[in-house]
Amino acid sequence: MKSLRQNSWLIAFPVIALLLWSVIYPNAAVIAGSFENGLGHWREFINSPADREALRTSIVISVASVFASLAIGVPLAFLLGRFEFPGRRLLRAVATLPAALPPLVGVIAFLFLYGESGVVTRALQRLFGMAEAPWRLQGVGAIVFVHAYTMYVYVFLFVSAGLERFDATLDEAASGLGASTWKRLRRVTLPLLGPAVAGSALLVFMNALGSFSAPYVFGGGLRVLSTQILASKTNGAMGLAYVETTVLALSAVAGLALFRWLDRKRKYTLASKGGRARRAIRSRRAQIITSAFAAIIVVALVLPHLMVVLVSFARDGSWTTQVLPPEYTLENYKRLFSESELWRPITNSVSMALIATAANLVVCFLAAYLIVFRRFTGRRLLELLIALPWAIPATAIALGLAATFNRNELATARILLVGTFWILPLAYFIRDIPLVASAVESSLRQMDASLEDAARGLGASWLMTMRRVILPAARPGLIAGGLLAAVTAVGEFVASVVLYTHSNRPISMEILAQLRALAFGTAAAYSVLLIFLVLLMTLAARSFEERLA
Amino acid sequence: MTAAPTARSESPGEGAARGALALNGVTRRFGDYTAVDNVSFEVGPGELLALVGASGSGKTTTLRIAAGYESPDSGTVMLGGKDITRVPPEKRGFGMVFQHYALFPHMPVEANVAFGLEARGVNKVDRLVKARAALANVGLEGAGPRPIQSLSGGEQQRVALARALVIEPRALLLDEPLSNLDPTLRHAMRDDLRSMLHRVGVPALFVTHDQEDAFAVADRIALLKKGKLLQSGTPEELYNAPVSREVAAFIGRGSIVPAEDKGNKARVTIGGVFRDVDVIRPKGAPSQFESAFVVLRPDALELARGASIFAWRGRVTNRRFAGGVVVYRVQLSDGVVVDVESISAEAHEDDAVSVSPLKGPFPLVP
Repeated sequence: MKSLRQNSWLIAFPVIALLLWSVIYPNAAVIAGSFENGLGHWREFINSPADREALRTSIVISVASVFASLAIGVPLAFLLGRFEFPGRRLLRAVATLPAALPPLVGVIAFLFLYGESGVVTRALQRLFGMAEAPWRLQGVGAIVFVHAYTMYVYVFLFVSAGLERFDATLDEAASGLGASTWKRLRRVTLPLLGPAVAGSALLVFMNALGSFSAPYVFGGGLRVLSTQILASKTNGAMGLAYVETTVLALSAVAGLALFRWLDRKRKYTLASKGGRARRAIRSRRAQIITSAFAAIIVVALVLPHLMVVLVSFARDGSWTTQVLPPEYTLENYKRLFSESELWRPITNSVSMALIATAANLVVCFLAAYLIVFRRFTGRRLLELLIALPWAIPATAIALGLAATFNRNELATARILLVGTFWILPLAYFIRDIPLVASAVESSLRQMDASLEDAARGLGASWLMTMRRVILPAARPGLIAGGLLAAVTAVGEFVASVVLYTHSNRPISMEILAQLRALAFGTAAAYSVLLIFLVLLMTLAARSFEERLA
Repeated sequence: MTAAPTARSESPGEGAARGALALNGVTRRFGDYTAVDNVSFEVGPGELLALVGASGSGKTTTLRIAAGYESPDSGTVMLGGKDITRVPPEKRGFGMVFQHYALFPHMPVEANVAFGLEARGVNKVDRLVKARAALANVGLEGAGPRPIQSLSGGEQQRVALARALVIEPRALLLDEPLSNLDPTLRHAMRDDLRSMLHRVGVPALFVTHDQEDAFAVADRIALLKKGKLLQSGTPEELYNAPVSREVAAFIGRGSIVPAEDKGNKARVTIGGVFRDVDVIRPKGAPSQFESAFVVLRPDALELARGASIFAWRGRVTNRRFAGGVVVYRVQLSDGVVVDVESISAEAHEDDAVSVSPLKGPFPLVP
């Protein structure tokens, strides 16, 4: 015990070695692979019009998604944070709903609603007696539309939190100095919210760049980098896939660096608890307009969820040209629970998510402990390793795993995981490292560092200090991070589509398969089940937290 | 598994427990910065030593070295004549009270107090009995099941003390134990703390930046500045016979004015008027200083309205009522400013006054 307390490397070595092996090694293998015949693959990439177009489209979509998310998220945060109006609580309750939708489920909900044969599309077509659908849910516009719906939540949450911490006296001081409402907004409020806006914009950018499901389903003929990677891999052009992956990862890193640079001058933080009362909207007309606007948003936000539930009761194959599905049945659910082949993806997803989450909890707890409480030479490296998976798009992570763990080779520390059950839990584990580690780290940072000293002074061994003092302090972060990890893993799609096999296919892949077979009801039933699983995990985490507290 | 049984067996019985805590020539550097510079002192069993100094003086680092949280670059820490410099804190068996108490927020009061016993492998029943007794000892009977968050600052301080005492520590270390209490409570706790620490009968070392706390609680004071020990001794020694101008400036109020050293007396000349005053020289100081200074304490001066040929003349710049006495700030000639306590003089701001020394003796410092 004495040595564990004194020698940080005894704990740090296994953690860092594991992270080097699972995070760095596969990505290094991809980069090395892209140069396997010199610059040949790179020349191939540069000379391919399809790839150049994919890179351009990826960046256009990401930037457009950022602006679309800001356009929705910032005004909504102001509306809910600063004003009181009838319906505010309802709108606040559903404002974060899109985040609870697993990525692929959101996409198919949009398909059912706004696709060519979607409910809204058909209803409008009938209403106006048009011969064709008023729009096609395809191309850049469609992808940005879906991204804005799912990703504005980041902007909304960041800006809302910023507004909540905003020191009301700053605003009062500005108005005391004679600044108009508009001037205060422009010169005081928005600049101070800058870091929140920038942080959320970066998050949207990274997510949009790595996004796979929307381009995959709505892309039509459109090419983006993430789908190009899968296409190259499927065609057996691994060298080209490596180049595409490297380019995708580099774009992400460039985006990260660009945001850091734009945000470089900011040194202040919003520290005060502002606690400013919301202003009631007085004018009758403004009240009606605001509430009507809120009602429209609420419907728009809830509709995808309702649609998935509705379609899950539709008889497969019955819904063809009607506005709404004509026949309803419980058959879809019955089949899921009774046919073992259909039940399989559910047990797969749950067990793989639990395995990945358990590994995340152990590794990330140790890493966060080392980062917060220990001073040793490898600390910076560890911090970098923990944050890195966040900057690498999931498709790139998945391709790295596919390139590395495809054979048993002791000399190069490779083991055969591709095609086995274990490749997906490993991918989920890597994707969720930053999530869990940062949750645990922030919990530990809130802990008074002298608690550890106090425990030692009272004679507690290292193990007892960990068990009785550090672990309880980390618990809120472990539960919150673990929940997030489990929720993202159980609905994971992007890495799964690159790495799954028939026997370990997760729910998301089965949804896609059912969609392809035009079994909309079954696909929706899986989606509902997935939402239900997410809900169940959230409740379990909450009751666990309450029982321990 | 737990460290405690070994720590106990290293020091069988009361012999070791009664030992004095001593730091010998302790130095601790952080890079180029020397936080603690060759500091030595000893605290006997049952004795209360206050480490006093401004922030950055190295007092907390010194305490952490005594506790074992920091290792000195050179020098030793001794307990009962045994070198414990390299013994980790969990094996020292010291009771420590942290500045912000460091109570475990996720445990009720009882579990906090019993934690050290748990670490020593004491069984659950004994643990509870001892924890309750320790709580009763600090006046917190029945507080055991309460959550930490429900306690007031004063109660938290008592719990922290009970937690340190219940392990029957071989020394007690307290980091600014009174600094987080409001003034009223603080005065009451000074007396409580002093009597409680004396009752325990082990060396007690406490850090404070507040000389009033140190005067009220400690048997002896060690004054630190920039990592160096300036002087240690009883509060009276530091007040009456400071060894340097630095000590005189830190301890008590008063003006330090140049003087002519005449052995048992010193001549203070201000504005052409000289007065010879009785002086007390620091212990072991040479019989003649090359340049000497006298400390003029406010309570050793006298003030009268109007001018007098035999007194230092000046003008009142500030008048402050301090309950019972009035403190006048007087601007004398030659740029000397003194504070004078007076109960009778009815002077006002801007009045011309004369100031003369009372009996003394006055501290003389080099």
